[in-house]
Amino acid sequence: MARLIGKPLKRNEDPRLLTGQALFVDDVELPGMLHAAFLRSDYAHARLKGIDVSAALEREGVVAVYTAEDMGDDWAPGPPLVIPPPTIEEVTFNTRTQVPLVKEKVRHAGEPLAVVIAESRYIAEDALDDIVVDLEPLPAVVDIERALDADAALVHDDLESNLAAHLVQTKGGYQSAREQADLIIKRRIVMDRGIAGAMENRGIVAYWDNKQQYLTVWDTTQSPIPIRNGLAGMFGLSEHQVRVIAPFVGGGFGPKIMMFYPEEVVLTWATLKLALPIKWIEDRRENFYATTQERGQVHEVEMALTEDGRILGLKDDFIHDSGAYDPYGLTIPLNTQCHVLGPYDIPNFSSELHVVFTNKTLTTPVRGAGRPHGVFVVERLLDIAARELGIDPSEIRRRNYLPNDVFPYDNVIIDQAFANFIIDSGDYLPAMEKALDMIGYKDFIENEQPRLRAEGRRVGIGVVSFIETTGVGPYEGARVTIESSGDVSVATGVGTQGQGHFTSFAQVVAEHLGVKVSDVHMVTGDTAQFHWGTGTFASRGAVVAANAMNAASSIVRKKILELASELLDAPEDELEIEDGEVRVADVPRMSISLGELAQKANPLRGAVEPGTEPGLEATAYFGPNYGATAFGTHAMIVEVDPETMNVEIRRYVVVEDCGTVLNPLILDGQVHGGVAHGIGNAFYEQLFFDDNGQLLNASFADYLIPTSAEVPTIEVGHTVTPSPLNPLGSKGAGEAGAIPVPALMAQAIENAIGEAGFEILESPMSPLKLFNLYYGDKEQ
Amino acid sequence: MKPASFEYVAPTTLDQALERLAEHGFEAKVIAGGQSLIPMMNFRLAQPSVLIDLNKIAELSYIRLKDDELRIGAMTRHVQVERDALIARHAPLIHEAMTKIATPQIRNRGTFGGSIAHADPAAELTAVTVALDARFRLQSAGGERWVPADEFFFGMFATALGPDEMLVEAAIPVAPERTGYALEEEARRAHDFAMAGAAAVTALDEGGKCSAARLVYFSIGDVPTDAGDAVAVLIGKEPTPDLIQSVVDTAADRLEPSDDIHATAEFRLHLARVLGRRALQRAFERAAVEAN
Amino acid sequence: MSELIEVTVNVNSEEYRRSVEPRMLLSDFIRHELSLSGTHVGCEQGVCGACTIQLDGAAVRSCLMFAVQADGHQIRTVEDLGTMDELHTLQEAFWEAHGLQCGFCTPGFLMSILPVLEENPEVSEETIQRAMEGNLCRCTGYQHIRDAVKQAAEKMVAGGEA
Repeated sequence: MARLIGKPLKRNEDPRLLTGQALFVDDVELPGMLHAAFLRSDYAHARLKGIDVSAALEREGVVAVYTAEDMGDDWAPGPPLVIPPPTIEEVTFNTRTQVPLVKEKVRHAGEPLAVVIAESRYIAEDALDDIVVDLEPLPAVVDIERALDADAALVHDDLESNLAAHLVQTKGGYQSAREQADLIIKRRIVMDRGIAGAMENRGIVAYWDNKQQYLTVWDTTQSPIPIRNGLAGMFGLSEHQVRVIAPFVGGGFGPKIMMFYPEEVVLTWATLKLALPIKWIEDRRENFYATTQERGQVHEVEMALTEDGRILGLKDDFIHDSGAYDPYGLTIPLNTQCHVLGPYDIPNFSSELHVVFTNKTLTTPVRGAGRPHGVFVVERLLDIAARELGIDPSEIRRRNYLPNDVFPYDNVIIDQAFANFIIDSGDYLPAMEKALDMIGYKDFIENEQPRLRAEGRRVGIGVVSFIETTGVGPYEGARVTIESSGDVSVATGVGTQGQGHFTSFAQVVAEHLGVKVSDVHMVTGDTAQFHWGTGTFASRGAVVAANAMNAASSIVRKKILELASELLDAPEDELEIEDGEVRVADVPRMSISLGELAQKANPLRGAVEPGTEPGLEATAYFGPNYGATAFGTHAMIVEVDPETMNVEIRRYVVVEDCGTVLNPLILDGQVHGGVAHGIGNAFYEQLFFDDNGQLLNASFADYLIPTSAEVPTIEVGHTVTPSPLNPLGSKGAGEAGAIPVPALMAQAIENAIGEAGFEILESPMSPLKLFNLYYGDKEQ
Repeated sequence: MKPASFEYVAPTTLDQALERLAEHGFEAKVIAGGQSLIPMMNFRLAQPSVLIDLNKIAELSYIRLKDDELRIGAMTRHVQVERDALIARHAPLIHEAMTKIATPQIRNRGTFGGSIAHADPAAELTAVTVALDARFRLQSAGGERWVPADEFFFGMFATALGPDEMLVEAAIPVAPERTGYALEEEARRAHDFAMAGAAAVTALDEGGKCSAARLVYFSIGDVPTDAGDAVAVLIGKEPTPDLIQSVVDTAADRLEPSDDIHATAEFRLHLARVLGRRALQRAFERAAVEAN
Repeated sequence: MSELIEVTVNVNSEEYRRSVEPRMLLSDFIRHELSLSGTHVGCEQGVCGACTIQLDGAAVRSCLMFAVQADGHQIRTVEDLGTMDELHTLQEAFWEAHGLQCGFCTPGFLMSILPVLEENPEVSEETIQRAMEGNLCRCTGYQHIRDAVKQAAEKMVAGGEA
């Protein structure tokens, strides 16, 4: 085998996308379709005293205007999406989930107060101006470090404080490690918020067909099946009465996971009331307020080391910004805690976490999901330690890597899946050495950098390592069917947002079934096609769904061989499946096509024998015991203009190890995109809130997503350490690119500036912040 | 993000357009390329009740040389200016500025006159036209007047244009011999509005001494800021690095930049010094090349 | 609501006549009135480039024009390039080089880059870079897009296409 898996095949889905024929949610047009617009709060924190929609209702073309009151008993906060971890003692977790429309109090700017449903989006937006709202502004909770102050306003009045969650995780004993240390590095490290920035905003078309008693929802979701189940449950429908379709989705990156966003709930509720199709397409301004965000954390950290740079222990107490609600539980901060440990042997660890409510848009996973923070923290501390101890940054990492013989390695603390954080496999040194080699580390340090420095140029190099927990459970499934044409149809529950599932999954299937990859027709994200599953997130598609594909297609293969063996009168082990037919090896004349076999397996006469099933079809599921951990090393060379603090990336090298590679072309694309996102996170993208919780840069003109001019050529290399946890040996890679970039860029910029005391402890950086760091120090 | 309703008129001659403007005055908004106006309308930050579209007025689109002046019609698109040989030859500073304005798609639609009349303090053309001693022809149904660029910009998005007036033409003196120019700016991403920028125009006499110098900042305050007398000290002197440094230091002391999310006033001031120096240096280098 | 205005536009060599409100954005007109939904909308303020179309041969933002302004003009959208069975050279190159992931920004990239290659396919890296500057992509990191444009340019040079 292994002829198709691992090949850089071009993608099955592309011709549709390239010709503008792929269906995105906003392309759905239904007869009589109405359009929704949401009235959103300008205030971040305010009491709703009254709302008068009468003028809006009078506007020509307006069909309905609804507020929370109109929803009656159907008004309810959304479901918690991830339950808090049961396995740690003394965990505090206050669940407060988002509401469909504000009833009493606005908790973040942009929270919806009312919805207008009209004949066009233009008219619906006109009518928003007709609504009179009486809001009494309240002091806003913005600064996460002051959210727990005694005099802080309360985001949720029924709680005693803005504490959303509190937990402590430990491994070994940090305090005793600290006592033995030769060096203790103590710092405050900050990472600020950004957006996911998918090019397609969210969108929903919901249609309740009253005669058919059937609800269809087209939704830009990464998780159509949970949305289907949730909506059915909320509105008392059978799951069989609800079809959720995630068609082509223009980028996910996390916030399109099953959120039960207010708009998903309100549009469904409204179509059930009106029995007419309703469309809502989020606009970019709304996206900045209404779609979830990530990354706000403040860490107080300490690393204890020996004089030869070995980590004895690490203590990381941090605050995580949950925003106004916390439906996504502790996923992000638990990821942070795990990734602070990185690929390193850190015997003693202690981490106290406070999650706080603030009057800002909620945070849920965004590409990286807490991992970049952990990596930033540990890598920064290692860089500072290396400098203090006079050790090369690559060397201090080498000295601390977990050795090869410890895997599976139990890190003792729990991870986002609420199970012990076990690293399934790893081999860190070769990845780093390859990266150093690719970027010419030694030559740069010894020759190029001194030469350029002599010319007065500030060039610097960085190298950091990371791990990425991927491919978490619970499970995904796939149904693989040989059609009578001989083509293969496959359905799975995960949605697709550009990851190439139509191709990489098809490669796995085609591998088993001896067909062309282009003859495998994939359906993803349609609940009418596949009933079970969770979704595309946590870099899990290539692990969990692909292994379900692998399982289902091996069963179909078995069925093919059994039937063909009977029909060709040849033992199974003499059969081979090639080019869409089953042949007796070495006897090419004795063959039967898959299409013919499929027809024979579904006879029009005769009986299906007991214990057998018609057709060449199988459904199978895969659920890993725990996640597979990918890893790698990134290296970069930058040049800093010390006058303008403009940073130019001159080289960027990635060595990625995500186990078995399904399609290297797709994998490289995932890595490139991740790095570009990471460059944004490291240097360009930051959300600025004022003291009232107003977002100051809610547009693509002011929120700076990197363009092609900011993203350099990314040189990608690979090492392959297959995961022992799944038959394919695959690990996820969707987020990997983004994870180490802030840490890497900080190191490289520091190296370029090359002056004692110039220390980056914050991400994102910017020319302004570098200026303040550099010239602020100079003036003192 | 859909615009509010408006009445739309698309005159085909300038006279018609001016008549409509006289009729509607403050109620109306003139749309040229619309690349700044339409975003504001989509955000509903601008809700004109009448939109007077100039795009069908062919007579407003031209670049020609007249009496040692380049004349640029207000509706000439950025891309035409960018690719025009007369501009490249006689107003190389404008040529250099064009590629720094927004993105190719915006330049295909945006217009020279529209950018100036919009008077965004971060727009390159505000400073460039001041540095080049350009004049603008403002016309209304009642007549026309010429306003020098350095008297045109009143404040952020505010200009000398009356409610019934339109900017119809810019006149730019042809660059004399031994003139050098440079535009320096520092933007976050390649196509972003600059955090700070400076346009310099300098000339050298036969002895290599400075015979003329202009330095105009943009994106520093609400209007393009001319360094004025601060650079006048260069006249008659050899533009040494030390002298240039002292000139930009003096000039910077008079600036009053403001804060925004990407740059504080202090950082802007620092950038103004750096970019002013680089612009002057590069302009003198080019003047020296021209002189040879 | 203001009066409807009749608009006649030539889109992809076909003439369309519609009555629209003056405020209707050209992007909405193309997508929802003409059902040419290959043109996508990402920001409605002219930054992301997803809605880029060609107006009389020049790449422009369809979200920054009103449909009434397109009256009497020629418009070209992604639907005018190749078909699924017979892709345009540029589309083919995007396919070969994996120049798209979610594909939402892709029509905008194609329509921005194509006029540049059609004018002169012998493009430098800098020209390619500049042609891409006005389009955001969140998936690809741009590298495979640059590769695709290079490939397409080479093919167009070799094939004498321009």
